Amino acid sequence: MPTRLLAGLGALLIVALPVLPGVPPFWLTLLTYAGLSAIVVTGLVVLTGVAGITSFGQAMFVGLSAYATALLTTQGGLSPWLSLPVALLLSAGAAWIVGAITLRLSGHYLPLGTIAWNISFFYVLGNTDALGRYDGLTGLPPITILGHPILGGGEALLLTWGFLGVCLWLTHRLLRSRTGRAIRALKGGVVAAESFGVDTARVKIVAFVYAALLAALSGWLYAHIQRAINPTPFGINAGIEYLLMAVIGGAGAIGGGVFGAVLVTVLKDQLQNVLPLVFGAQGNFEAIVFGILLVLMLQRAPDGLWPLIVRRSVAAPPARGPAAQPLASRPAASPGTMLLEAASLRKTFGGLVAVNDIGFTVAAGEVVALIGPNGAGKSTTFNLVTGVARLSAGAVRLAGRDVTGLPARRIARLGCARTFQHVKLVAGMSVIENVALGAHLRGSAGPVRGALGLDAAEEAALFAEADRQLARVGLSACRDLPAGGLALGQQRIVEIARALCLGPQLLLLDEPAAGLRHQEKQALGDLLRRLRQEGLGILLVEHDMDFVMGLADRLVVMNFGAKLCEGAPATVRRDPAVIEAYLGSAA
Amino acid sequence: MDATILLLLLQDGVVNGAIYALIALSLVLVFTVTRVILIPQGEFVAYGALTLASLEAGTLPGTVPLLLGLGGLAFLADCAEARHSLDGRTLLRLGLRDLVLPALVAAAAWILAPMKPGLLIEILVTLAIVTPMGGFLYAVAFRPLAHASVLVLLIASVGVHLALTGLGLVFFGAEGSRTPPLSEASFPAGPLLVSGQSLWMIGLTLAIIVALWLFFSRTLLGKALIATAVNRLGARLMGIAPSLAGRLSVSVAAFIGALSGVLIAPLTTVYYDTGFLIGLKGFVAAIIAGLASYPAAAAAAILVGIIESIASFEASAFKEVIVFMAIIPVLLWRSLRSAPIEDEE
Repeated sequence: MPTRLLAGLGALLIVALPVLPGVPPFWLTLLTYAGLSAIVVTGLVVLTGVAGITSFGQAMFVGLSAYATALLTTQGGLSPWLSLPVALLLSAGAAWIVGAITLRLSGHYLPLGTIAWNISFFYVLGNTDALGRYDGLTGLPPITILGHPILGGGEALLLTWGFLGVCLWLTHRLLRSRTGRAIRALKGGVVAAESFGVDTARVKIVAFVYAALLAALSGWLYAHIQRAINPTPFGINAGIEYLLMAVIGGAGAIGGGVFGAVLVTVLKDQLQNVLPLVFGAQGNFEAIVFGILLVLMLQRAPDGLWPLIVRRSVAAPPARGPAAQPLASRPAASPGTMLLEAASLRKTFGGLVAVNDIGFTVAAGEVVALIGPNGAGKSTTFNLVTGVARLSAGAVRLAGRDVTGLPARRIARLGCARTFQHVKLVAGMSVIENVALGAHLRGSAGPVRGALGLDAAEEAALFAEADRQLARVGLSACRDLPAGGLALGQQRIVEIARALCLGPQLLLLDEPAAGLRHQEKQALGDLLRRLRQEGLGILLVEHDMDFVMGLADRLVVMNFGAKLCEGAPATVRRDPAVIEAYLGSAA
Repeated sequence: MDATILLLLLQDGVVNGAIYALIALSLVLVFTVTRVILIPQGEFVAYGALTLASLEAGTLPGTVPLLLGLGGLAFLADCAEARHSLDGRTLLRLGLRDLVLPALVAAAAWILAPMKPGLLIEILVTLAIVTPMGGFLYAVAFRPLAHASVLVLLIASVGVHLALTGLGLVFFGAEGSRTPPLSEASFPAGPLLVSGQSLWMIGLTLAIIVALWLFFSRTLLGKALIATAVNRLGARLMGIAPSLAGRLSVSVAAFIGALSGVLIAPLTTVYYDTGFLIGLKGFVAAIIAGLASYPAAAAAAILVGIIESIASFEASAFKEVIVFMAIIPVLLWRSLRSAPIEDEE
């Protein structure tokens, strides 16, 4: 079933439920709670399903906001509408601090940290007199709309699901925006994202803060619908339950989060009725079922149940269209300008010298090829030049500017774009959106503009540019397909289109011709010659000697990390050292 | 706080820290070999303590039916795993390991429990009940996910924790238990009175650290585990089955967990869900050590124990908060000196 139809039906059902006769009030309450959870889980979809990081501690952000609004409204006398921004800011601030501490570390530190912090949070709530200890706070005012208080039942249901609807719409917009593409790019690997100027640490924090904001909204709603709070619903088990909802529903899609939230809320209620009868005692027995369910889902259906209901497809990228204002482009360097000067590059891994005092230059309007047997250190040299790997010694200058030691995203900013030996595209994202990621630095819209839809003009310009570059490499026909579905050779060409989208002066291609058929190689050669004519400097690593000899102006030959020789193709071909490296010595 | 109190607190901290060290060691072991962050480690601790308490009371522990059930599930999982080469001999081997072994342990427990055979035998039975659970859990829950990311394994691990805690409630009920100490003796040392129990705890911790060290440096199996931890594919090409390594490491973790439970049960009342918090403190130590180094994890665990004992004296209501907040400076420090960017597997 198409997602849009499903969303319409769901909305209709929620609006109809309160006015339908004979719907028990209990179900209205249950669905209200499901809606409250769905708001939190929508944040987890962005965090876990899209960005590939996760948190067991979302309940802490729900609780932070709930307690903040409780204090502000009962003791500060504020209206709930005035305490909302404070509660949101507080949770966002807390998330920012937690994120800043943990998100630069590898992926499992955030979930582990959030477990510890959520438990601490629970004990702080339970042991602080001002927060009512384990009894909590009571007497919260209801939310009023135009002077009318929302006191539960159908009204609370509509209010909650109304807010949920807004959250879903914002999330949908955010994920399609420039920031959203950067968040989605995390799944293609942080190295690729950084190489196109994405500050991945910042993007992760944005995703985490966004998830915390949704959690805070849910907490604020909960506090004023329930009108009394205590620490229990903000403990670690609640945090785990939110993640369970995301996993069961399917964290890869916004609909999956809502579906999982409704399913788990209803299931929990039913289990709480049935299980104590089975075991003959009161207790938290649904945890057994949830735990087993969680493991089974990960084993059998890691994408959740949602893809089984909805037709699985990549979200449609924006349609083709002319931009009102094309992107500003970098002026081409005049022919002969020195673009890249690498001097005495050196990289050691422990005792192994992978790159040993390599030096070379690339000028505008020139194709330089780095060749050498496997393991000669060519790709490592690439990574040193582009800031992906740290230099042990040596210096790199880009267009006369010293960039030694700068991170990849700063080097990208100076007009240096690259492709990867092992293709690094976001497999589940459409080809055109992958290409548009290359133009990340040529746009400026942040998450707020993106979520609110104020970035239309810039998006049109970015996608017009992406379409132009995709047409240039001859893959327009694949525009809307998921990138992971293309043949490997085509994926390499998509990487070139992505690199061109950056508007580079210097282009670094790591084995661009690998996996291409003869005609495709010729087309690639023609494209690179055209780019050279336009004044680009191109450095390529390649194993296909026919391809290299017919294209490159100069060759740099590497062997065992060291430079063997350098010169025009014809000279290099006759060099005895090169012949020996490739064919072995005559003796 | 005067010097005597400080000494008392330090002693307390070191003794508790010894338990956290045991847990931290098993967490590091399991993580390096399987990439699973073993949240349910705490449940092994609670199971160990509660099983011993049931045996003390002369009743059949609830972990016995659980062991039989897990063995049955593991048998099914093993058959599914080996379905392409399932012959009579394999079936016999799997049956012996997954069905007969737990049945023998169950029979022993059933016969011995009413006889109240004394603390030593009871401890051995406890260890025999809990240890195989580790391997069974690995086969049922984690092996099918062996190729998933660390994150997915972590979520699965939390699922296992949820299920085991719930089952603990089913089998042991909500009441807590305490067991008699391993030794009633006590020795005066300056202003302190060192109990035989604390000597046992520290002694056993040291013994296990030494045993682990010997196992990893001197035995072929231990080296196979290290090889798997360093490079799963490479180890497999050398003929080491990663699933065997995984099974073994989680079993060792279950053994150490149950032993920690046995050691801690005389000191504090253990409930079905106590293990989680104890396990998490082991985690704090393992995280401080970067989930990688055994000696660092053990040292950090002692530190965690000391922080906890001082915190419980100074601000007892907030002692958990203070212990868990101890990871912040560590994470911050790691964050600042972390590598710029790198792709995770």
